[in-house]
Amino acid sequence: MQKDPSPREPVDSDVDLRHPAGVVPVRRGEAAVVGAIAAGGAIGASARYGVGVAWPAAAGSWPWATMMINVVGCALIGVLMVLVSEVWIGQRLLRPFVGTGILGGFTTFSTYAVDLQRLLADGHALIAVGYLFATVAGAIAAVFAGTHVTRALVRRSRR
Amino acid sequence: MKVLFVIAGAVAGAPLRYLTDRAVQSRHDSDFPWGTFTVNVVGSAILGFVVGASTAADAPHWVQLLVGTGFCGALTTYSTFSYETLRLWEQNARLAAVANVTASILAGLGAAYLGLAISDSIWR
Repeated sequence: MQKDPSPREPVDSDVDLRHPAGVVPVRRGEAAVVGAIAAGGAIGASARYGVGVAWPAAAGSWPWATMMINVVGCALIGVLMVLVSEVWIGQRLLRPFVGTGILGGFTTFSTYAVDLQRLLADGHALIAVGYLFATVAGAIAAVFAGTHVTRALVRRSRR
Repeated sequence: MKVLFVIAGAVAGAPLRYLTDRAVQSRHDSDFPWGTFTVNVVGSAILGFVVGASTAADAPHWVQLLVGTGFCGALTTYSTFSYETLRLWEQNARLAAVANVTASILAGLGAAYLGLAISDSIWR
């Protein structure tokens, strides 16, 4: 069994009750945490809306904008989670604002699922299957690259 | 100002993801990330319903922006989903990591179909 390469990082970037660093104090400052998430969510969702307006996908075509939004958001959550777990440890509102709020509001699972559903329903099965696997593979590769590059840079800067 | 509808929906959706995730986690202890799974599946069902309502009932565009782009978009997340999958894999919870990807996609797609079927049954 391999060891966890980065035990200070939680599993769930939004909130992780099983991880000591993942527990955001529930009563004290709860309003500030929820407010930071709401503000971040507004920024992230507006950015996603803006990308969608600038880069619209015609019905039955590959949803490039949504795929790029999700892949970029996954790379950034990887970078962020290493930094808040290893470097900016005392910044209590950073993870709720940037991670749960901005990146959670920027990326979307519902549009991914409904786009897949519509592609399948409209008879574009090949595009649907390609989009399904390309998004998952791109997202996992992006979060892997984001965490591993950032971990390596943090380790190097500490030597 | 169409973006104001998106913001109004997101201001509710993003905190609701956090609160739902925490409430789900506090009720059981499992390797499988049920909290994020729950918001992603529920959000996919609501968006399927909204998209169905937009076509079948000719719902106004602001409903799509408020509930679809804003609320469902912020309630659901791909970044948390992928980060959790990576961390589960790294902690040797590999079955949970693979199950998370498979179950989230299948359930999210099924939920989108369900939402659409419900709106169809109401308006057609």
